[in-house]
Order: sequence, then structure tokens, then C-alpha cells
Amino acid sequence: MTVIAAQDSPQNIARPAAEIAAEAERRDIRNRWLLSLPAIIVITTCAAGPLLIVLVYSFLTPGDYGNVKWIFSLDAWVNVVLQRDIFDDTLQWADAHLSIFWRSFKLSSMTTILTMIFGIPTAYFIATRTPKRRDLWLFLITIPFWTNLLVRTIAVMEMIRNEGVINNLLMWTGIIDRPIQMMFTDFAIAFGMTYVYLPLMVLPVYASIEKLDFRLVEAGYDLYASRWRCLRRVILPLVKPGIIAGSILVFIPSLGAYVTPRVLGGGKNLMFGNLIELQFGQGRNWPLGSALSITLMIFVMIALIYYVRVSGGERKHHG
Amino acid sequence: MCGFPVGSASIMADLPIPRRPFSVKRVPGFTTLALVTYVVLYAPIIILIVFSFNEGTSLAIWERTSLKWYALAWKNDAVQEAAIRSLVIATIAASVATTIATMAALATTRKKPFRGMTGIYALINQPLMVPEIVTAVALLIFFAMIKVATGYTGIVFLIAAHTAFCTPFAYLPIRARLESMDLSLETAAADLYATPWRAFRRVTLPLLWPGVIAGLMLAFVISLDDVVITEFVKSAGQETLPTYMLGQLRRVVTPEVNAISTALLVAGVVLVTLFFLLNRRRV
Repeated sequence: MTVIAAQDSPQNIARPAAEIAAEAERRDIRNRWLLSLPAIIVITTCAAGPLLIVLVYSFLTPGDYGNVKWIFSLDAWVNVVLQRDIFDDTLQWADAHLSIFWRSFKLSSMTTILTMIFGIPTAYFIATRTPKRRDLWLFLITIPFWTNLLVRTIAVMEMIRNEGVINNLLMWTGIIDRPIQMMFTDFAIAFGMTYVYLPLMVLPVYASIEKLDFRLVEAGYDLYASRWRCLRRVILPLVKPGIIAGSILVFIPSLGAYVTPRVLGGGKNLMFGNLIELQFGQGRNWPLGSALSITLMIFVMIALIYYVRVSGGERKHHG
Repeated sequence: MCGFPVGSASIMADLPIPRRPFSVKRVPGFTTLALVTYVVLYAPIIILIVFSFNEGTSLAIWERTSLKWYALAWKNDAVQEAAIRSLVIATIAASVATTIATMAALATTRKKPFRGMTGIYALINQPLMVPEIVTAVALLIFFAMIKVATGYTGIVFLIAAHTAFCTPFAYLPIRARLESMDLSLETAAADLYATPWRAFRRVTLPLLWPGVIAGLMLAFVISLDDVVITEFVKSAGQETLPTYMLGQLRRVVTPEVNAISTALLVAGVVLVTLFFLLNRRRV
């Protein structure tokens, strides 16, 4: 109708047509908001929104039997790193918490390094297969990744516990006559997390190596570089973005890990996640647990921001 | 480890036949390390599976092949109840998550970006950015408030929580699939006077289907695997299979747990293989 009307006078063409287009676009955008709405509501109410409640709870007073009293208090935040002496009321470093933070960082870093040592060669191996074989090797890395994390942790436990496969094998061959205590140690946690998070290192590194131009490596050899020098000065710098991505992907879940340290570390070798859980269980200090959760989130954010800055810088370098 | 220094090239030249043709792609030791990695990755899983068929409890002595532990697990009421609960939660949560993720993916891909679209994208991916334990704590607090206020402590809380953290996992493959699809077919349908709904049902959805199925399966696997959030959100007596197993680990590990683990492993592997095949066919 408008089209026919517009034909009479050319001056009228512009306005109605533009209006119709604008109207159509507005309707389209409204529809797209409506389509997204269920997802927005679900995630806001059951994931993102409750995080704000955690923030609020970290400034309240613990209730007598768990939960909170609605009285403002900074105690929880003070207690994250400090503790009040029972006798003279002075503040001291909370050694128990600090040692758990330190263990979390130490074990997460160890896990990241271990996944690098095993993951980078594996990714390199996959990327240098023929394209047909590549899919299969890659698939073999992805399978464990999508199987139950608890099940994989149990599988590790069956290997390293005192009556487990490794100790049985070593005793049978006569190398040792008493089982080596591996369960409930820091080693167990680091090994377990390496086992569980290895695919998170392999996949991004593989994506980097796959794009690697091997003519550059050849140029290195042409210029009389040794194998080692080529690896260190040509290959590794070129796949660095993948290695950084992999490190972040491994480091972040390691820092917040709960299941693996609980099963393999036992009750003594706590990590950040277990410390948080303790406040909501036996500890009955929900505000402290909330403050610890926010602290963990801040650490994760710092790691993510660092990653974005480093990877952004990398992209600029390559033009 | 470091390979031969450059000087050894002259020695090599004297040899009649080089042992192996020179390849720029070869890095000494990498293949060995990679194969070691594969062995270490699979040995525990395979041992777990094999010993779940052992009649004895020991990991050292093979007594007899039997399905004893599977039978025990099958007859155990607690296991049955937890397994059914797990399946119910995973089915509902994955279906709802896939539906809302598909809608959101249709709204946030291909067409012209609108104000707030990046915000929606960030929000949907938010559960992936926050450590699971933090989300778990947040939901514990939030749901505790509702439970106190309403007195309702049913399974809906678990389903809601699972739906939320499954949504990004469903969203990502659907979005990836959509981005590889051309808008021209839908435009053609519209030119042929198809209503938007008809165009969606007859053109978009059939093309999108592999992505939707992939998203559904990922969401299902993720829900079935979850321990941390379930452990914090569940009310008394609402064990799922993974939380039941975690509870059992506090005491002695029985091969019964290994049998359940094997069943879960097989279910996971089958789903992931299907997922892989579906994704490959699109090329």
C-alpha cells in the first residue's frame, strides 16, 4: 500500500520507507530480546544473580547454627587472612588459611607445569600426524575429558592407594616391601589434577601447532640451528599463545578444584575449594565462606585479565 | 635430549646411509613423551574397568570373572534411586537448557548485532568463568533462603541449578553450527511467502538439527557428571549417582563403586562418540 502511495510523489518515498525499515528493525530487535529472555532469566536467577547474595553475605554475622544474622560485620573479611587471638584479642596472621592459599597456588602451578611437560609434546605429536590419523589421536584425548571427573579421580585413586595397582606391582616385583604412601599427599593431588586437566592443555596447544608454518622451522635448520635451538627459538615462541591459553585453562579450575583434592588429598591436605566447603559444613561460618568465595573469584579474575592482556598483546605483535 | 650439535653433520655425511630421513617436524623425545601420556591417560581407566569384573575385592589377585559387583549395584536400592534421580534431572535440565540455548543462539547470531547482545553472550557464558565451587556456594545460600521462606525442598532446585550451568554447554555447539549456516536459505523461504514460523520449521531447524542434538548431548553429559553444585544444592536424601559415589568414598572403596563408575564411563564414551560423529558429518 505504501509503495503504491509513494509512487505518486517522489518526496514521500523516503519517509515511509525509512519508517517502515526502522519499525521492522525495532520489531526484530524486540523479538530477539524475547527469544533470549528465557536463557537470561535462568542464568540470572540460578547462576549470576546469587553471586551478588554471596557478596552481601560476606558482610554479615554468622548465625549460631549456620546461615547468618543480618548484622553488618567486617569480621569475615578480616578472618580471610587474619585471626584474633583468643586470650589477648590481638590480630595475627591466620597461618592455617595462608598455608591453604599457598598450597592451592603451589599445586595449581605444579599442575600447570606438569600438563605442559606432557601436553605440549602430545599436542605436537598429534599435529604432525597425517590429517586422517590426527582426528583419531585427538579423539582419544577428548574422550577422557568428557567422562565423569569423579570417575577419573577414582581411577587415579585405584592406581596410587596403598592397596592399589602401583604399590601391588612394586611389591610383587620385590622393589619395595612396604607400600609407599601416595594417597593423601600433595603429590597425589597434583598428579590427580594433572591427569584430570591434561586435555585442557593439549587442545589449545594443538590448535596453535596446527597453524604453525613449518617452513619457518626449515629456515631455522637452514641457518644451522640445532634441533633444540629450533624448538626453543622457533617452535615454542610461535605456539606461545596456545600454551598461555592452555595454562590459564588448567590453572583456573585447579585453583578452585574441590573433588580431586577431597578424594585424593583426604581431610588434611585442603585446597581453596575445600576450605570454602568447610565453612558451610562443620565450620558453620557462612560469611567467612562467602568472603573466601569472593576471594577465589578475584584470583580467577586476575588470571583471566592477565590472559586477555597477554593474548591481546600477542595478536598486536603478529600484526 | 638436546639433539645433536651442528658439528655432527660432518660425521653424518661420512655415513653411507642416514638412519632416518631428516624431517623438520621431528623433535627428539616428543613422540616418546606423547605415547607415555596416552598410556598414563588410559591405564587407570582400563584397569578400573577390568577390575570391576573381578569377583574379589583386591586389585592384585584376579579371582574369577564375574558380574557380582554389577548385580550388587543393580540390587542396591540407594544406587537405583540415585541413578533414576540422576537421569530425571539430566533429561529435564538438558532439554530445557537446549531449548532456551537454541532460542538465545538464534537471537544472537548471524543477523546485525544489537545493543546489549554482547551482554547476553557474556551472561550466558558466565557459569563457565566462575569456579564451580563459588556457584555452588551462591546457590546454596540463595536456595536456602527460598527453602526457609516456602518450606519447599523438592527436586526442582536441583533441576533449576543444572539447567543454568548446562545452558552455556548447549549454547556453544548450537551457535557454532548457526554461524556456519547461510541466511540466504531463510531469505529464499521468506521470498516464497513462508511465514517466519514455517521458514524456521522447514528450513532453519532441519539444518540446525545436528547442532541441537550435539548441544543436548553435551548438556546431558555435563548434568550427569556434576558433583560439586549438586552436593551443595541437594536437600537431605536427594543423592544423585555421583554424590552417592562421593559419599561411599569416605568409607572403603568397594568394587561396587568401580562397577557404577564403569557404567557411567561407558555411557559417557558412547555419548561423546555420537557427538563426535555428528559434528564430523557437517563437513
